Amino acid sequence: MDRGLKLSLMIEKRQLVIPGDLLAEGAFNPGNNTYRDGEKIYAAKVGLANYVGKNIYVVALNGRYMPRPGDFVIGTIMEVRLSNWNVDINSPYIAVLFASEVLERSYNPRKDEMSRIFDRGDLVLAKIISHEVNRDPILTVREPGLGRVSSGQLIRITPAKTPRLIGRKGSMISIIKKASGANITVGQNGLVLINGKTLESENLAISAIRKVEEESHTQGLTDRMNDFIKKRLRSE
Amino acid sequence: MQKKNSIKLIDENDLRTDGRKINEIRPTRIELGFIDNPDGSAFLEQGKNKILAAVYGPRELHPKHLALSDRALLRCRYNMAPFSTKERKSPAPSRRETEISKVIKSALEPAIFSEKFPRTVIDLYIVILSSDGGTRCAGINAASLALAEAGIPMRDLVVACAAGKVDGQIILDLNGIEDNIGDADVPVAFMPRTNEITLLQMDGMLSREEFEKTLKLAMEGGNQIYNIQKDALKSRYQTSEKEEEE
Repeated sequence: MDRGLKLSLMIEKRQLVIPGDLLAEGAFNPGNNTYRDGEKIYAAKVGLANYVGKNIYVVALNGRYMPRPGDFVIGTIMEVRLSNWNVDINSPYIAVLFASEVLERSYNPRKDEMSRIFDRGDLVLAKIISHEVNRDPILTVREPGLGRVSSGQLIRITPAKTPRLIGRKGSMISIIKKASGANITVGQNGLVLINGKTLESENLAISAIRKVEEESHTQGLTDRMNDFIKKRLRSE
Repeated sequence: MQKKNSIKLIDENDLRTDGRKINEIRPTRIELGFIDNPDGSAFLEQGKNKILAAVYGPRELHPKHLALSDRALLRCRYNMAPFSTKERKSPAPSRRETEISKVIKSALEPAIFSEKFPRTVIDLYIVILSSDGGTRCAGINAASLALAEAGIPMRDLVVACAAGKVDGQIILDLNGIEDNIGDADVPVAFMPRTNEITLLQMDGMLSREEFEKTLKLAMEGGNQIYNIQKDALKSRYQTSEKEEEE
């Protein structure tokens, strides 16, 4: 199959596409949320189509969180078992946190009481180490900054929009952090933890995050966020 | 079943009981994100049909033994509200509803990339609030959009439309009375990009040529509905942008 001859791009950057829309033809790479059928590449989800070099992808506007190794997620302990916890990470799959991924030393079932480390309902900031086919995703908290969350407000956004909330190299989230003065941790699974010195600072952060979520697909959002925050700070 | 009756479904001016021409679909309107809880939802009106579709998933499947090891299970429940028809429809699932649930599932499955979510379930609920013929097609049209809105990866939307034979003529998008006392009704569902048919049923009797004419007409109607589906999806995500410009 000679793919080199015809190369055509059917979309403009950040164009809204729906499943089945033709994106490109020829030797391009079908990236996220796209698929190849013969010579052509089509969109698989509703979202904004884009390309970087020969990579064509669609930034989805909705969709459940699919666990990826390396992602930082905020989860809720669902079940305490003999040597592991089952964790709800806002995904179609329930994650597993083994005792060995929590304790510095090896686990002793007689000495270590599981529910005293993490109990049902506890919130944890964790990292996904693996997610193999036909197995549940596996978590770890053995990294600095990970572990039980004890304070702050937790909100949920569409997981597909977390990259927009973080922004290129963290640009968007830094604007919100600096303006509100609150500490914000964004889980890739759509859960966001906000810790501010005052309730007002947390609420400012929350309204800013909601605005990004609602307008994530539009242009010029960074400038509008700066204006939005200025107006809010002035009125306080 | 042929009934000899005196009701004329098409008059001397070639107009139907609701004033439509023989190749006209009913006015159709679709609203997305109609309900908050589901991952995706759509409300569709087609003539007097009013249909709600809601999608949850992919999510964990209980009981586990129903799970498929290599892909997501699509579970579909088509159900008519007791007040959707003039005669009260019992809330219990009827054999007709069970069959329609199954054919709708088969009509949508080929479009979904279910291999991306092994051991999970995609729950699709279609509720008929007001019924006037062609509800399985309208249900499929609403369900396609609910699935797309939920962010479930799909090869294409699925669109459906029925055509049939009434008073000796091949007509498009049969309403309730045309479906009940007409000669034949052929609902068709297909993926518009490739024209691959995913649902094809027939109620009644047609000759070979009549059938081919009916199928072609149904697919033309489907393409008109596809444009309405596309507009509904795109306008949902473009309104915020327009508001910002104003």
